[in-house]
Amino acid sequence: MPAADASSALLEVRNLQVDFRTRNGIAHVLDGIEFSLSKGEILGIVGESGCGKSMTALAIMGLVPTPPGRIAGGEIVYRGENLLKASKERMRRIRGNRISMIFQEPMTALNPVFTVGDQIAESIVLHQGLSRRAALDRAVELLREVHIPAPERRIGEFPHQLSGGMRQRIMIAIALACEPDILIADEPTTALDVTVQAQVFDLLLELQQDRDMAIVLITHDMGVIAEMTGRVLVMYAGRIIEAAAVDDLLENPQHPYTSGLIACVPQLSDEPEAEREALMEIPGVVPPLTELGVGCAFEPRCGFRMPVCVQSRPSPVAVGAGHSAACWLMEDADRQGADRQGADRRDGDRP
Amino acid sequence: MADRPAGAEIPVATAESPAREAWRMFLRNRSAILGLVLLAAIILVSLFGPPLYGVDPFKIRGAPFTPPGVDPNVPLGTDHVGRDILAGMIGGGRATLAVGASAALMTVAIGLLVGAMAGYYGGLVDEILMRITEFFQVLPSLILAMVLVALFTPSLYMIAIAIGVASWQSTARLARAEFLRLKELEYVKAGRTIGATDRRLIWVVILPNALPPLIVSATLIVGVAILFEAGLSFLGLGDPNIMSWGLMIGSSREYIFDSWWSATFPGAAIFLSVLSVSLIGDGLNDALNPKLRER
Amino acid sequence: MSGPADRPLLQVRDLKVHFRTGSRGPFRRQTFVHAVDGVSFDVPRGTTFGIVGESGSGKSTTALAIMRLAPITGGTIDLAGARLSEAEGNDLLALRRKAQIIFQDPYSSLSPRMRAGAIVREPLDLMEIGDPEGRDGRVADLFGKVGLRAEQQALFPHQFSGGQRQRIGVARALASQPDLIVCDEPVSALDVAIQAQILNLLRALQREFRLTYLFISHDLAVVQYICDEIAVMYLGEIVEQADRISLFKRPLHPYTWALLSAVPSAASKRRGRRRVSLEGDPPSPIDLPPGCRFAGRCPFAEDICRTEAPARREIFPKHWVSCHRVGDDGVPPHEMYPLANGPGGPGGPARP
Repeated sequence: MPAADASSALLEVRNLQVDFRTRNGIAHVLDGIEFSLSKGEILGIVGESGCGKSMTALAIMGLVPTPPGRIAGGEIVYRGENLLKASKERMRRIRGNRISMIFQEPMTALNPVFTVGDQIAESIVLHQGLSRRAALDRAVELLREVHIPAPERRIGEFPHQLSGGMRQRIMIAIALACEPDILIADEPTTALDVTVQAQVFDLLLELQQDRDMAIVLITHDMGVIAEMTGRVLVMYAGRIIEAAAVDDLLENPQHPYTSGLIACVPQLSDEPEAEREALMEIPGVVPPLTELGVGCAFEPRCGFRMPVCVQSRPSPVAVGAGHSAACWLMEDADRQGADRQGADRRDGDRP
Repeated sequence: MADRPAGAEIPVATAESPAREAWRMFLRNRSAILGLVLLAAIILVSLFGPPLYGVDPFKIRGAPFTPPGVDPNVPLGTDHVGRDILAGMIGGGRATLAVGASAALMTVAIGLLVGAMAGYYGGLVDEILMRITEFFQVLPSLILAMVLVALFTPSLYMIAIAIGVASWQSTARLARAEFLRLKELEYVKAGRTIGATDRRLIWVVILPNALPPLIVSATLIVGVAILFEAGLSFLGLGDPNIMSWGLMIGSSREYIFDSWWSATFPGAAIFLSVLSVSLIGDGLNDALNPKLRER
Repeated sequence: MSGPADRPLLQVRDLKVHFRTGSRGPFRRQTFVHAVDGVSFDVPRGTTFGIVGESGSGKSTTALAIMRLAPITGGTIDLAGARLSEAEGNDLLALRRKAQIIFQDPYSSLSPRMRAGAIVREPLDLMEIGDPEGRDGRVADLFGKVGLRAEQQALFPHQFSGGQRQRIGVARALASQPDLIVCDEPVSALDVAIQAQILNLLRALQREFRLTYLFISHDLAVVQYICDEIAVMYLGEIVEQADRISLFKRPLHPYTWALLSAVPSAASKRRGRRRVSLEGDPPSPIDLPPGCRFAGRCPFAEDICRTEAPARREIFPKHWVSCHRVGDDGVPPHEMYPLANGPGGPGGPARP
């Protein structure tokens, strides 16, 4: 997959800030998010729950719940237009038309009292102004495109009559109805079985190649990142802490959090070793966003903390072609990845 | 720093029980506080008013149909036989509130028992209990209560029981739904694997978690029961030997155009009592609902 | 109480759990869900036995049946030489001390109205373990064992993070000093960074107390890491069973093979391995097809697969498989017909 090229960027997010008002004060849910997305690219966003990966997607869609949320700054530029300045009407036309989104739970995203045909057709009538008849024909066509068998029969069925994988295909069909440039997929297979997940991924790859559609794939699974994406953003506590091409990131992670995230998950292998070592752990939990200090948000859990980590927050530093990481270790060229990985192995089961 | 155990980030000082947290949330709600103050005032007046005022509400103290503010002896006037309205207001609250509270208790007791059994055991037990509930649900509850009171001697106890018997169905359905949902949760299964008996699972494990909606509905039932009591008294089915607000309205219904005050004052008292318990019920609903608490 | 040393701690024979579905009533047709349909396995003391499968495979129902939380339709379960599947009353209570469970969802497995300390103490009180005075100390000790601090006993579940709640669940399961702990997807509801903490904790506790685990999971990587022997379930049956090395090195059943290839991972990407896409979804366990239950989705299915249920065969020592198409020499169909991943029939059986 081609690396991002600033000139061909379809979508550019610059210094995006989203705040949430909570009982315990203001939480900077997104803090200085910056990335670009090119045509036909698959960009992965990975991180634990609460890191802001879903909020990034909602911000692009113009769906940040306000209140309690608030876009506090930055720009989201789609084809030269700042979406944050767009009118509600304009945003409604872009959403679902140019930029579409699919969610983790296909059951709750579909309305149980309408047939799937009606729900797909509704989106087409709304955005393309086709007649209902034509829209239903188009719905059948879309279902065929997402490989749903017997689509003429399926459009008359209700969501509860379909399996989870089938429902996610319907959601993809609705998202594709207006031939969007960008598809945002927020954990699209987390609720699905692994064999069904494989089918959905095959479908997404096929659509991306046939339509030259850009996909933002949000996931917590490094294996999914490895197989599906071209470029990856690693998020932690509302910030992008590392960004790289996928192979580069997996082979040569620079941020201690990234290497921890890769190493703490058991890897499926067809040559399992007889002796199993303890898994690498990232101790503790993500701190509440209202309680972040001035230092690096990962500092309390990091095996390499230095005095500077508490004092101020590191900014992203280029560590290679298209590879950046926000960590004070990057400023210190003497440290190399090799010894870092060894020292990060810590035992978390201390009493 | 490096050796902090997995649970280090939570200070122990915040160990607040869900009940106390709910109470704190309740105290933040202004209209709930208003309801609480109002109800406390009504209860205090009803408890300590009669001995302080010292007038028997059945005693004739002035000319019939004395309007309020005319005779300083009877500041709120008299009814059609010359009984002191103020004495009735102060003395009638006891019966009304007692019937309201005990009828609500009765309702919750029957409803909870039926609902808990049906929801927890399911199957045939559920089937039978729900058919019985439906049978009661299709009977008009006021008429059922009237029939019950009319069949037996009209005493306060009987009225409370009649209201309870006539209005437990919705509580039963609510309790059943909660038990059905909660019994599938894993902490109930976990309870079974550590040897908890059915009795313990129902009353100690599930019930505390099922209580919030039941408490709210019980509060609202107090209001309904007060209205029921007033209605029965109005229709002449109340206990004629005990003064109550409903009895006052009922006995003056023929003279309502001649003496507006004899029905208006007890009516206002009933209105305020029902309003206060409703406000408290709404406040409890907000405080006990964890989804609203997140905000 | 315990049997001979060489006897497996847990022996499951031909376990069946069938549920009745649909609403009751004189005019409704009764249907049965064959959630678990003739499952047999042994778990030796001190080892971890894994059951993997997709939703509807019956893996969790198997776990619940072993905990006597699901009705057993047929078959037997023996725990340490005692007939667990038929025990009632005090006998069942005594056996419950030896078998405990850790649930998937750390949010619904702890009562929100009990303090953490009381949750861990409850089994000690209910099962009358130790003298009442000593129980406080035992609870504090258990908190330490699972990596929590004794002061945290006073907190309520909502004040803990997901990983910490799961630790409380582990402490509760450990309280009665059980031999067997059933782990029903114990890490799948947790964040990836927290999963490792719980998996390491489980392994450390196993070494310390010589615990036996029955580990239920849909995550093949986790199962490969933590289990010694693994059974793959599909629609209520075990289709393949082997030790962890053999199963992952050379899966024999086409379903296991497809399942493994479907798991996305950095390693498989490096080797450029192509996923084997199974058509359709698993059919529901209500209307089971005759013959092999996997036949509808199997790329290698032949006529016999659709008419006759395959017998369970021990192809290699301690490596069992139920598949007509695995040769007696142990060569699985996906090795014989490497290009057979074409159209594998019209997907699963049609849904209503």
